[in-house]
Amino acid sequence: MIRVTRKLEFSAAHFYHNPNLSAEDNRRLFGKCNNPHGHGHNYVLEVTVAGEPDPVTGMVLDLKELKEILQREVAERMDHRHLNYEVPELAGKIPTCENIAAVIWALLEPKITKGQLDRVRVYESPDLFADCTAGTNGVRPKQGGS
Amino acid sequence: MSGPLKLSLTRRYRFAASHRLYSSAFSEEENKRLYGKCGNPHGHGHNYLVEVTVTGPVDPTTGMVANLSELDPFVAREVLEPFDQTYLNEEVSQFREKVPTTENVCREIYRRLKNFPSARLEKVRIEETSNNSFEFAGESGAPQERAQ
Repeated sequence: MIRVTRKLEFSAAHFYHNPNLSAEDNRRLFGKCNNPHGHGHNYVLEVTVAGEPDPVTGMVLDLKELKEILQREVAERMDHRHLNYEVPELAGKIPTCENIAAVIWALLEPKITKGQLDRVRVYESPDLFADCTAGTNGVRPKQGGS
Repeated sequence: MSGPLKLSLTRRYRFAASHRLYSSAFSEEENKRLYGKCGNPHGHGHNYLVEVTVTGPVDPTTGMVANLSELDPFVAREVLEPFDQTYLNEEVSQFREKVPTTENVCREIYRRLKNFPSARLEKVRIEETSNNSFEFAGESGAPQERAQ
């Protein structure tokens, strides 16, 4: 099996706010990410597709096609947008990189017809990223924070 | 359509420290042969880059696997404060007995972080230099779950 990864950069604004919590709890939980004016990131998306190369083309999938899918499904929805207000798939969700990765997985999975979506990685900054893969999460040992 | 999903969060941290690779179990000669210039008696240093990966359900209140407001101070307290700007061989007690190779540093950092209360520690990866990296995912060494 071969894994093929394609990258896409997009820039977007967001802030973290849970309407079910008080202003004070929001500030405590989210710190400066709670600033209601929002702030922005240069997100980097890495999409990995796994599969066997087609014997005729030598490709798992045509990267040009994947590029177009990423452009249509992700860039057009999220690039230069405010993730809290302008992306319906994120409505009601806090636009963390975990939630963005899960939403992108759900958008891409049905569109990948050759090979299998293997991993969606969303970098919010070079020092922070979330991975979404098929599988189940380990059980949280103890409820913390929230 | 989509099966169950697994989310993980990875955060990169940095610390700078010196170390010396030397084992009293070996003769001077053997130490020299085994560790070469890494055994220089005055030690040498690196800018270590540590990648910490945690996994768990996304908390519906925060939308997060782990809140950095918990993870960052935990890693700072357990690892960065005791390791940064130190001579690992002398100033981190575990390395008085154990050679502070980055394999051992990686295991020690995993041990210090594995009780992070809010999410499960999946993996610690360290770059000792941009050319060398080391990973530890616990004794079972379970590789990341993948789609079947």
